[in-house]
Amino acid sequence: MTATTAAAPPIAKLQAMFAANRAAGRKALAPFVTAGDPDADTTVAVLETLDKAGASLCELGVPYSDPIADGPVIQASYTRALGKGLTLAGVFDAAQRASATCTMPILAMASYSLIFRRGIDRFVADAVTAGLAGFVVPDLPLEESDDLDAACRKAGLALVRLVTPTTPPDRAEAIARKSTGFLYCVSVAGVTGARTELPPGLVDRVKWLKTKTDVPILVGFGISGPEQVRAVAAVADGVIVGSALVRRIAEAADQPRSQMLADVAAYTASLTAACG
Amino acid sequence: MASTPVVSPMLSGVPDAYGRFGKFGGRYVPETLSAALDQLERAYAEAVADPAFSGELDGLLSAFVGRPTPLLFAKRLTKLAGGAQIWLKREDLSHTGAHKINNTLGQGLLAIRMGKRRIIAETGAGQHGVATATACARFGLECVVYMGSEDVRRQAPNVRNMRLMGAEVRPVETGSRTLRDAINDAMRDWMGSVETTHYIIGSVVGPHPFPRIVRDFQSVIGRETIEMSRRQFGRLPDAVVACVGGGSNAAGMFYPFVDHPEVRLVGVEAGGRSGTAGDHAASLSYGSPGILHGSLSYVLQDQDGQTADVHSVSAGLDYPGVGPEHSYWHDMGRVEYTSVTDLEALDAFDMVARHEGILPALETSHALAWAAREAAKRSPDEIIVVCLSGRGDKDAAEIARLRGLTADGGTA
Repeated sequence: MTATTAAAPPIAKLQAMFAANRAAGRKALAPFVTAGDPDADTTVAVLETLDKAGASLCELGVPYSDPIADGPVIQASYTRALGKGLTLAGVFDAAQRASATCTMPILAMASYSLIFRRGIDRFVADAVTAGLAGFVVPDLPLEESDDLDAACRKAGLALVRLVTPTTPPDRAEAIARKSTGFLYCVSVAGVTGARTELPPGLVDRVKWLKTKTDVPILVGFGISGPEQVRAVAAVADGVIVGSALVRRIAEAADQPRSQMLADVAAYTASLTAACG
Repeated sequence: MASTPVVSPMLSGVPDAYGRFGKFGGRYVPETLSAALDQLERAYAEAVADPAFSGELDGLLSAFVGRPTPLLFAKRLTKLAGGAQIWLKREDLSHTGAHKINNTLGQGLLAIRMGKRRIIAETGAGQHGVATATACARFGLECVVYMGSEDVRRQAPNVRNMRLMGAEVRPVETGSRTLRDAINDAMRDWMGSVETTHYIIGSVVGPHPFPRIVRDFQSVIGRETIEMSRRQFGRLPDAVVACVGGGSNAAGMFYPFVDHPEVRLVGVEAGGRSGTAGDHAASLSYGSPGILHGSLSYVLQDQDGQTADVHSVSAGLDYPGVGPEHSYWHDMGRVEYTSVTDLEALDAFDMVARHEGILPALETSHALAWAAREAAKRSPDEIIVVCLSGRGDKDAAEIARLRGLTADGGTA
């Protein structure tokens, strides 16, 4: 009998982070950034900045030409990145460079169109090589997900599922049971994008979900400021902030990179502070 | 032991409960839309089982649309081509000038059954937008149509007609500013409005159950063609041809024929300027299996799965995907898919205008080009039926522009 120590699966990094947060009484701040906007080097620098500023994990958006779940801010960032010739290989390369230096786990937010085209096995293998902890696949509902689910379980990657305000309760339970890493609770029926108010009923929905699953619940879509983060973090295990950050990076396109990174760091720190 | 008899399943027995046409189709959409698609599936099943629904729809198709549309022998076009007889199924005579109205009335009635009073739609050539605006005016529903700004320019008469019937037309400025981007924006609208809004998708594309529902509503074309063929020439045609962008007129025409293997079925895609990527919109001729707008089908895409840019002179065929059932028929070898260039389509437009007194839509002109070319190789005993899917008034100004003519069709 040989005593071999298997390397920890990628998802372990995510689980360890949630355990540490729980022990410290802290909630996870999960920023979203678009890979390759304005360029891959900047994306790596932004990820390192987020890590140092206290982000618990990061969703790396993989640009796709036809993202129907995304609002104008993220869609435009995808269009810019692809317009500069970003490829999937470029995305995995940036992820690999960032995951080599960052403490926080990084997940890829990727359309199933891209995963299907590359082939599930190859996409999963590339993600493991890049040091990613898992995937969020916004256009892959429960019914179509068996193949990717099996491949992710085998590779030890998280496959984060989404529940939305339009998901019926029994379906939400089924989705929660399948979700690994965490469960993504979409705050509103709609596309991504910063909104000024939290939708009514969100807090109750999160509370109900928590009675149905043990996986951490993160809330995303429409959240941009510390006040919203504080309100959500009071009930959920973490908060996802996407468009607001993508917009900041885009609006700083003509500033020196150091200034943009300082702004990102300050913004992230203000949100992290709101995560208790 | 006797060998198991080989049972050839009927090709019409699709999709399955998951919306699969063979391996194609399915439902690849954000979770936000899942409940609405389930609701639509239930509402459709109930409607199909309810004689009152088909009674109301049939009444509208008759008195409002003017169905059945005739099957016309194209006498001079046949003579010009010099071979097989060419017959035209006159969907251009439908109210609003194209087959699209068959679907919008059906889906409009479904929306009412679901208690949804707001309708959204995408449109390329504007024919589906007009048909949706028309159904909404008839039913008293609110109507918003997404249309690429490039298509708003190319198809101005249809934009005007939609607005005259009270629809709001929202030009889409993202991406290539054509049909694909209009679908993206309609889907995004639906993500935020799904509880009160029904999305009337205009072709046999999108997530399950749309490809099936649109096919079923359009199948009246093929059913009438079978009936009229038997009555007018005593048998089924040798070949049936239709243009294919998303593929709704072709699906409606072909579906009733797929279990008649003796009838050759041909779908004609937009060959554009050339066979080089970016110069055409022929997904089945040049594409590969991929996922676009919620279903698995042939898609024009790059190595990473990013949707490719496409081109066609006709706005209604200017789409990088195709309905999943067409992909199924393609892979099963039941339907032949080929393509015709912009120039060939424009020539066919001229030919049919001058020899038959019909201005066909540029989309339809692709099917007509194939029919004229093929007829020349066939004997006069053979019969080719073309789905004349729409009229070409909307294209007249664009054709004049492309030909360097003045707006009134004179030479500059």
